Amino acid sequence: MTTLDQPTATAPTPVVSGDRPIRRELGVANALSHGFLLLWGLLTVLPLLWMFISSFKTNGEILADPWGLPGALHLDNWARAWTGAHIGRYFLNSLVVVTGSVSLTMLMGATAAYVFARYEFRGRQVVYYLFVGGLMFPVFLALVPLFFVVRNAGLFNTWLGLILVYAAYSLPFTVFFLTAFFRTLPTSVAEAALVDGCGHFRLFFRVMLPMARPGLISVAIFNFLSHWNQFLLPQVLLQGDESKWMLAQGLFALSVSQGYAGDYARLFAGLSIAVLPVLAIYVAFQRQVQSGLTAGQLK
Amino acid sequence: MKHGKWPLIVTFLVPPVLLYVFFVVSPYLQAFQISTTDWLGYSADANSVGLANFKTLWHDDYVWNALKNNAILLGLVPVLTIVLGLFFATMLAMGGRKGSAGVTGVRGGALYRTVYFFPQVLSVVIIALLWKEVYHPNKGLLTTALHGLGLPAPTWLGDPATAFWCVLAVMVWSNVGFYVVLFGAAMSAVPKEIYEAVLLDGASRFTTLRRVTLPLLWDTVQVAWVYLAIFALDGFILVQLMTNGGPNFSTDVIGVRMYDTAFGSETKFGYASAIGVVMFFLTLSVAVLSLRVGRRERIEYS
Repeated sequence: MTTLDQPTATAPTPVVSGDRPIRRELGVANALSHGFLLLWGLLTVLPLLWMFISSFKTNGEILADPWGLPGALHLDNWARAWTGAHIGRYFLNSLVVVTGSVSLTMLMGATAAYVFARYEFRGRQVVYYLFVGGLMFPVFLALVPLFFVVRNAGLFNTWLGLILVYAAYSLPFTVFFLTAFFRTLPTSVAEAALVDGCGHFRLFFRVMLPMARPGLISVAIFNFLSHWNQFLLPQVLLQGDESKWMLAQGLFALSVSQGYAGDYARLFAGLSIAVLPVLAIYVAFQRQVQSGLTAGQLK
Repeated sequence: MKHGKWPLIVTFLVPPVLLYVFFVVSPYLQAFQISTTDWLGYSADANSVGLANFKTLWHDDYVWNALKNNAILLGLVPVLTIVLGLFFATMLAMGGRKGSAGVTGVRGGALYRTVYFFPQVLSVVIIALLWKEVYHPNKGLLTTALHGLGLPAPTWLGDPATAFWCVLAVMVWSNVGFYVVLFGAAMSAVPKEIYEAVLLDGASRFTTLRRVTLPLLWDTVQVAWVYLAIFALDGFILVQLMTNGGPNFSTDVIGVRMYDTAFGSETKFGYASAIGVVMFFLTLSVAVLSLRVGRRERIEYS
């Protein structure tokens, strides 16, 4: 594989006769491809850009000229969304819950995956497939009983309930991904450590966990995004007390109230507040995000 | 050395298993039991009614209407998403200009991939609420753009004739970028010489895509198909937030039906669970079918 580029580099014009039609075709395809690629890029960016620009406009400007730029930067929209519509509070609520749920998911997922990857015992396969089988089904199939399981456990309308449920439903992917990852790590280090008298627990926390860091980061980002973006579970399990709501619920309420109040600028500001940190994390950790999100599919 | 492993296995495995069984496995199992009762929630009395819920379901026109919409989504969303995804991934991988049959990526390919992936990291709630504004009949991006060009604009989500297609478009929009990246990753594993050889033989781009790329990527495409099929059978949050199934049930999907039955004005938990059970089997059979029908000889290069 390392010598792949060699032939073209040493032989600049390998085939002279067959060259022309190919090059012409490449030229046309090139122009066309750039056209289509740009078009889709615009389709993706335009709604987001529009949302962002509109968040700085007055409601009058939004209604009169949706495509126009703001006359001045109306930061008061953001203030109205952050405090007036409590988006700030919901943002922090989500941050607390997601921090808890991702930590719990990673702890439970990593320990279980490590056992599946590294220890032989009877029934291992059964338990493993019990976890991985959960990958197949959307959460909402279990929604009705889940509501009662959570309520009967006294966890209805609590953040703890939400954290536990998020973690439980994230285990299938986390366990699946990390089991595969732990299996790729070399066994020799672990054997050497055990021979040297290192205990099984110390081996995990001191040796295996640091070695699995790239995998842990990918799957943690994946879980962070999916918990942060969750809407269905909080809507069912956190219905009552408005002050405890998650960001997605707050945004939905903002959209509903916008229908009556007509405060479009505040809605766009609220959406922008929700979008910016996620996009920033994505751009900063792009490689890990893409590999984390696509790894679930490339088995 | 063996004797020390059990404390670790037990401490590491028992908490996750308990959590998982309590919150995931048991609700799925209970759904089956509840589906055979007439339980209206909140009160304790639930009488066993056998398969009566399923019989009612069979004659429920609203359920059939929702299922019809899910079937259309199932037929179109995976195909459109995969075709567009493959198309853009091919463009990015091979659209570049380079002399003498060289195959290179397009310039700025990394930037395109970054941008295309945006919708994937956004919450479905944000996508739904944002597109609801884009489709706004007075001040939305689309209406004003068409009016600017002097064309009449439909009322998008307000019209039963167009609402469904508007929702479908958003589903495709939000998924394509992910599959561009996924297929791109799979394509980068295909040795370059294969493409160079095919191009030297004078094959057109379309033939290359159909005869070379697709067979080599078959495994990935198949998995994509299964995921998109499950997505199309769900589609719940997007529909609930954009149209809530309306206007006039034209965008209704089975997930919205189930949610309304359970948590709407009436709390028919027994009936809602029956819908959930039907969904469970539909999802399972669609997944198994796509894997069975799509099975082909695996191609190994190296």
